[in-house]
This record gives sequence, structure tokens and C-alpha cells, in this order.
Amino acid sequence: MKPTIPPLLIYALRRLLQAIPVIILIMMGTFLLLKMAPGDTVDALVGDMGGADAAFIARLRAEYGLDQPIWVQLWRYMVKLATFDLGRSFVYEQPVATVLMDRLGTTLLLMATSLSLAFSIGITLGAFAARRAYSLADNLISTLGLIFYATPSFFLSLMMMLLFSVKLGWLPVGGIKTIAGFYTGWDHVVDVARHLVMPTAALSLIYLSFYLRLMRSSVMQVADQDFVRTARAKGAGETRLMVHHIMRNALLPAVTLFGLQFSTLLGGSVVVETIFTLPGLGQLAYQSVIQRDMNTLMGIIFLCSIIVILVNFLTDLLYARLDSRIELS
Amino acid sequence: MTVLDTDLRPAEPPRYVVFWRRYRRNRAALLGLFLFAIVVLMALTAGLVDPGDPLRRAGQPLVPPFVDASTPLGTDQLGRSILSQLFYGARISLLVGVLATLVSIIIGIVIGALAGYFGGWVDDLLMRVTEAFQTIPNFVLLLTLVAILGSKIEWITVAIGVVSWTAPARMVRAEFMSLRNREFVDAARNLGVSNTSLIFREILPNALPPIIVYASVIMALSILLESALAFLGLGDPNYASWGNMIGQGRAVLRTAWYCSAIPGIAIVLTVLSFSLLGEGLNDAMNPRQKQ
Repeated sequence: MKPTIPPLLIYALRRLLQAIPVIILIMMGTFLLLKMAPGDTVDALVGDMGGADAAFIARLRAEYGLDQPIWVQLWRYMVKLATFDLGRSFVYEQPVATVLMDRLGTTLLLMATSLSLAFSIGITLGAFAARRAYSLADNLISTLGLIFYATPSFFLSLMMMLLFSVKLGWLPVGGIKTIAGFYTGWDHVVDVARHLVMPTAALSLIYLSFYLRLMRSSVMQVADQDFVRTARAKGAGETRLMVHHIMRNALLPAVTLFGLQFSTLLGGSVVVETIFTLPGLGQLAYQSVIQRDMNTLMGIIFLCSIIVILVNFLTDLLYARLDSRIELS
Repeated sequence: MTVLDTDLRPAEPPRYVVFWRRYRRNRAALLGLFLFAIVVLMALTAGLVDPGDPLRRAGQPLVPPFVDASTPLGTDQLGRSILSQLFYGARISLLVGVLATLVSIIIGIVIGALAGYFGGWVDDLLMRVTEAFQTIPNFVLLLTLVAILGSKIEWITVAIGVVSWTAPARMVRAEFMSLRNREFVDAARNLGVSNTSLIFREILPNALPPIIVYASVIMALSILLESALAFLGLGDPNYASWGNMIGQGRAVLRTAWYCSAIPGIAIVLTVLSFSLLGEGLNDAMNPRQKQ
């Protein structure tokens, strides 16, 4: 018998292949944006030097390949991106890839804490509300969800700062760690965690409301189905029914949302990181816009897109693993 | 046979009356309509409340609310009246919200209709483009577009539309795919109706209702995006905007928190009104969906 490749692996490979055209389109998009932006690399260089004569500028253009036809430039740009060469940042005087890698950790940490908080609390509250549908508790939770959804993260951030930092003095107002603290070991972990409490809360509330609403309707839908009635008829207790029969099925749409929301969440980190002066990709994006550092900005777009594609890929795999009805081949 | 014998049913009330009866059953939706009406009223009466420029100096800086009758909600650190900025801000929020939604829905309809109607490679290509737009974090793309196009209010509106068309495009595509092979479309096609009028005159009117409901969501998101831009100081500096007020208020948060709290509450209530409105419209349009 021939050794067979596991279907999950084939499914994973096919999903990866499907991502390639999207990545190529994004590369073309960033190239287009760079061309639309006023000024190019040479303008930035010459501006840095404080001016140069026309012959020198023309030579620089030729050196950077900016005198080539647009298709050649696009091709070279895409080849560079494919090897993760994102060009140079003229603000930080470093390769863009280096600048981005410095910032990536903070953003990923913020994403991880916000998503886990939004996911776990949203799902718990949503399931709780669905089991007591149309009761006072359900109305309260649903109203809260609507208000969370309508509150912009920057407004929430300011109000939390006012309460917890200015009035009560419980939490630090910004940054990722105490500058002159030099904490090590657990003290360092606690210090970073204290700095992340408010940014995490500000970023996660809106997504918490998404999960809450989705989970509420999803649980109500699943609870109506025949297999739940059968399980109840066979004498399954309410807890077992909830955990074993309902939640496993009701969670599936929430897993899909997890992947879909990731890109919006990364976008939301721009505002939250800027307010709380967290040295992450979002803050860098804002600073790059202010300083017109287009190379860095395009690098952020490209890196964020790759992260989003990876996260979507992983959630797809998780979904396929959880839902045995999906045909993998 | 006399007229009396014919079994004429009593005249059905017009459609909008039926719609309104269904809509008002939902109390939350009524609240949404009420809040929405207030915001519209604020936008319309901004010129009456303060005929001058809302960004001019109206009194002493940092007067708290309910102290000076000429500036009922107080002033910010530059002495500008918070009340007039709030009213003029409603104008900008609504204007940007409505126009950006229009832009996004028009792009969404064109792309979704082409993909759903033609299928095949057109669909493949357009869906990859849609995925690419969904993959790039929309706020980062918005910042980039504003960096390139500049901070004029017209460009901000277009940019917000450009970053939020993917969801309507997917909805239109799904509707078109389910409608394109129905009998009435086949009948029209066999009569020799062109593709363009099949798309716009036969299928589109049937595909629109869910898109119209979803417009309230896009409107809410557009207002949030505009206020976030203005908060970061990237909005149009020539207009009063709620987001900008909050951003300016950040500098005096410690002493004059009302400078950012008042416009913040305005944003929350406005976005809330759109959510409630959307839910109400959805329930009224699909009365059977909600059980």
C-alpha cells in the first residue's frame, strides 16, 4: 500500500497556495501606494543631504533603478519583498525589517492578551445570556454589549486613564515598563502586566461585544436542535449538556470570527498603542504617517498582512480539526 | 351580481405603514430612532445655535459646563465653546458617515455584482482583490491613504469608503449568485436584455434590502473611523469634529475632563443609535427570522 498523506496536511497546503495570489496583490498594492505618495527614495535621500545637483540626483535615480520602466521596478520591488528586504527607513537610519522586528513583540503581546480576554469573557457572557434568554440578566448583558460596541477605544482609554491613573493612581499611564525600574524575573513580568491592563481592556471591549452577540445567537440556535433534545431525554445534566453538546458546536462560528477580526484588531492597535505610548507596530505606523516615512509604513502593511494570513491559516486548520463535517480533501 | 357580492378584501394598508408597525414593536429600535433624530436635529440646527465659526474663541478658556450662559457646556483650553463644536461636529460625523457609506456601498455593489454575476475568472480575480483588502488592517490602510491624499475632509471621506467596501461586496456577490439563475432573470435574458440591465434593473433591486440594513453598520464604523483619525490629529483641521475635541481634551484630561467626556458620550450615543436602528430595520424586514 502507498503511504498516504494525511488529509489535514493536504488541506493546509491548499490553503497556503490560495494565499499566494493575495500576497502578490498586496505587494502590488503597496508598490502602487509608494508610487502615489509624493516624493521617492531619492527625494528622501537628497532631502536628508540638504540638496544636491541635478546630475547627481539623476545618477542616484539610475543607481536605485528609478529610471527603469514601471514594470521592471515593480518586479524588482516584489523580488525584494519576497526576501523580506523592506528597504531602508530614513527616519531610523536602519533597515525597515530591523525596525519592525524591534516592535513586533509588543504588538503580538497586546494582540494575545486582548484576543484571549475578548474571546474568553465574550463567549462566557454570551453563553450565559443565551441560557437565560430574555431574562433581566440577558437584557443587562446584551445592553452592555451594545454599549461596548459603540464606545471608541480612544475614548475608553482616556476615561480609564482618568479613573485609574489620575484619580486612583493604581495603574501607570503609559509605556510598556517602568523606565528606571530595571526589574528582573517576576517583578519584570508583573511590571509589564500592570502596563498592559488598560491597553488590553481598551482594545478588547469592542471585540468582546462581537463574541458576546455571536455566541448568544449561536448557543440559542444550537440549543434548539434535535441532538440536544435527545441528549436531554437521555438524562444528560444541564452542565454536561452545555459543555459537551452545545458549546462544542456553538463555538465554531466564534472560531471563524477570530480569524476575520484579527486584521481589524491590528488596525485598532494603532490608536491604543499611540495613546498608551506602547512601542509596538501600531505606534510606529502612526509615527511613520506623521514623519512621512513611507518605506516603514509599507513595511508595516506587508508584515501585518503576513501575520493576518498566518492567523487565518491557523484558525482555518483549527476549524477543520474541530468540525468533522468539513471535507478535507 | 352586485358590487356588494364581490369578495373584495379590505384594502391593505400601504407598505410603509406595515413596515412602521413592525418596526415600532421593537422598543430598542425606537430608542435608536429617537437618538438618531436628535443627532440629525443637532446637525441641522448647528447654524441656529451658533451662527459664527465654532472654532473661534467664545470666552475664557476652560470654563466648566453650566457656569456661563453664553457657553452652556463650557469651553476648551482655547476658549472655544464646547456646545457649538458639539453641534457642528454632529454635522461632520453625519456627513462623513453618509458619504463614506455611499462610496463603500457603490464600490461594493460594482465589485460584488460583477463577481457574482459573471463568476469564473472574474469572480476569482475580484475575490482575491477583496481578500487582499480584508487582509490589510483597515485602519493602517486608512492612515496610509490619508498620508498620501492629505487631510482634506473630502479625501478622508473617500478613504474611509475605500477601506470599508469588502463586507458589502461579499454580501452583494452572495445575493447575485443565488439570484442570477432564477426564472425571472432567465426570462429577461431570453428576451435579449443586455448584461448591464440584467445586473442593474433585474437583479440589483432584489439584492438591495440586506445591503440597506448593513449600511447602518458601515455608517457606524465610518463615524468611528473618522473620529479615530481626528483624535490622532489627522482629521481636517478646518472643521469641528468630535474626535478632534477628544484628542485636544486629552492634554487637559487631569483638570478639565469634561472637554473629552462630552464629545465622547456624543459618539457613543450616535454609534449606539445606528446599531439599534440597524437591528430594528432587520427585524422589520425579516419578521420571520426572529423567533
